[in-house]
Amino acid sequence: MKHKELIVDGVNITDKYAIYAENLTKKFGDFTAVNNISFNVEKGEIFGFLGANGAGKTTAMRILSGLIKPTSGTAYVAGYDVYKEQEKIKNNIGYMSQKFSLYEDLTVVENIKFYGTIYGVKPKENKERTFTLLETLNLQNEANKLVGSLPLGWKQKLAFSVAIFHIPKIVFLDEPTSGVDPITRRQFWDLIYDASNKGITVFVTTHYMDEAEYCNRISLMVDGKIAAMGSPAELKNKYKANDVNEVFYHLAHSAKRIE
Amino acid sequence: MKIIEINNLTKTYNKGKVIALDNINLAVEESEIFGLIGPDGAGKTTLFRLLTTLLTPDKGNAKVLGYDIVEDFEAIRESVGYMPGRFSLYSDLTVKENLQFFATLFDTTIEENYHLIKDIYEQIEPFKNRRAGNLSGGMKQKLALSCALIHKPKLLFLDEPTTGIDPVSRVDLWNMLKKLGREGITIFVSTPYMDEATKCDRIAFIDNGHILNIESPENIITNYKQNLFAVKSEKTYLLLKALEKFPKTINSYAFGEYAHVVLNGDENQLKEYLVQNDFKEIDIKKIDPNIEDCFIEEIRVISQHNRGINEA
Repeated sequence: MKHKELIVDGVNITDKYAIYAENLTKKFGDFTAVNNISFNVEKGEIFGFLGANGAGKTTAMRILSGLIKPTSGTAYVAGYDVYKEQEKIKNNIGYMSQKFSLYEDLTVVENIKFYGTIYGVKPKENKERTFTLLETLNLQNEANKLVGSLPLGWKQKLAFSVAIFHIPKIVFLDEPTSGVDPITRRQFWDLIYDASNKGITVFVTTHYMDEAEYCNRISLMVDGKIAAMGSPAELKNKYKANDVNEVFYHLAHSAKRIE
Repeated sequence: MKIIEINNLTKTYNKGKVIALDNINLAVEESEIFGLIGPDGAGKTTLFRLLTTLLTPDKGNAKVLGYDIVEDFEAIRESVGYMPGRFSLYSDLTVKENLQFFATLFDTTIEENYHLIKDIYEQIEPFKNRRAGNLSGGMKQKLALSCALIHKPKLLFLDEPTTGIDPVSRVDLWNMLKKLGREGITIFVSTPYMDEATKCDRIAFIDNGHILNIESPENIITNYKQNLFAVKSEKTYLLLKALEKFPKTINSYAFGEYAHVVLNGDENQLKEYLVQNDFKEIDIKKIDPNIEDCFIEEIRVISQHNRGINEA
């Protein structure tokens, strides 16, 4: 179903952007977790959403994935309004967090089937995609093992594949590689690149600054605001830094808000 | 006396079917920061649990501060600090109450050893009346570390203390560990961040239940013998795919802005290949490895070796 066109400043944001946010703010009591942030993410882009612990990243991500409503400001995700169309947003995105993503006491295949079914993937299609997925991840021998018995890195790769199983427009990844070893992290990013190549927009947070370099653009959140945004090369240039780690350190160590 | 001494330690699960640690040998000196580096499922946490007396080994033995990990488990528990990888404090106690609890348990007071935790505890002190369950990830780690330190242990076990922590807080935490090292506290730490390995005095690479290598980070880098290059072009994703297919590539992988490639050849051959394949703005430079390159190489050699055994 095609939804209505949204024109902002003469630009059809539904066509152009996967995410459009303007002056987005979220307050919890007298605490402003997200403070007037504005940014766009283009379709097919890999967008890195960086920031210190407690900078407001998770709150912003929860708004954009339709889990909580903002206090003020405007935002559209996949062309849907974060105030009025939260359910439509949920249908059109994938979400994966570092904490919970799969059912440990279901097998690999059961997890895939479960997520495919709740996202409305037809049974025949579900079967075919499950086959391809197991092959891609090289998990054929683990298909009937409980997810709880897999190493963390495998779980995370599986969780990502499950999050995009219904081929969403956008996938949100909240620290997907936390605690994952260097080799598995790279395999994980191969999966991200593949998804992006297929046209899925990727919105990702990470504490690994080398991974920030793999993004088309990054934003850096400090104390609820976006302190910097651009391609990794632009930011390194602007702050005369050798790598994104230096940019991060330069901007984030002046943060007032602890956690 | 060695602070930790491990002899032929083996631990299996599932009635011997899963070998978590296979005949491990290792010694840690006084005041050392010793890093345990390895992929998920390598056996790192199992080793921590054995040394902190939460598990018992199948074979072999180990001494911690001179005490046997089976016979003298009570003495070990009294004298070491342990911060597990999974948050294990009391969620329904406040920050202050948790710290108080651990101090009391070890028959000391917060005041007595406050100087040890001051740097890190000060950062969470504004939230001292908040329940631990409501803290963010980074704050939980800082509280857990404070609790592990409050009885001034001679030896501190830290299982992935920086996982999920932002880069600024990671630097803070490592500065503090260095300071503890100078106070004479020995630190046995695991981490998935390779850059942190260089902050240890010595590290052990662990994979699949085996210790591969025990060295200082400097020596590990010096011992790297491969031809390593950093490569960049305008199309990163396609470049990575192309590097994999280059016949002279031994290994290739993304590394931040650049791709790293281990070559059985020289840079001119690679450049020619990339030009032939329509890559533009090609930048190739020979580089010295960092610790992550060394780790990736170790694992590559091991998996090649294992494949050889399986095929034979």
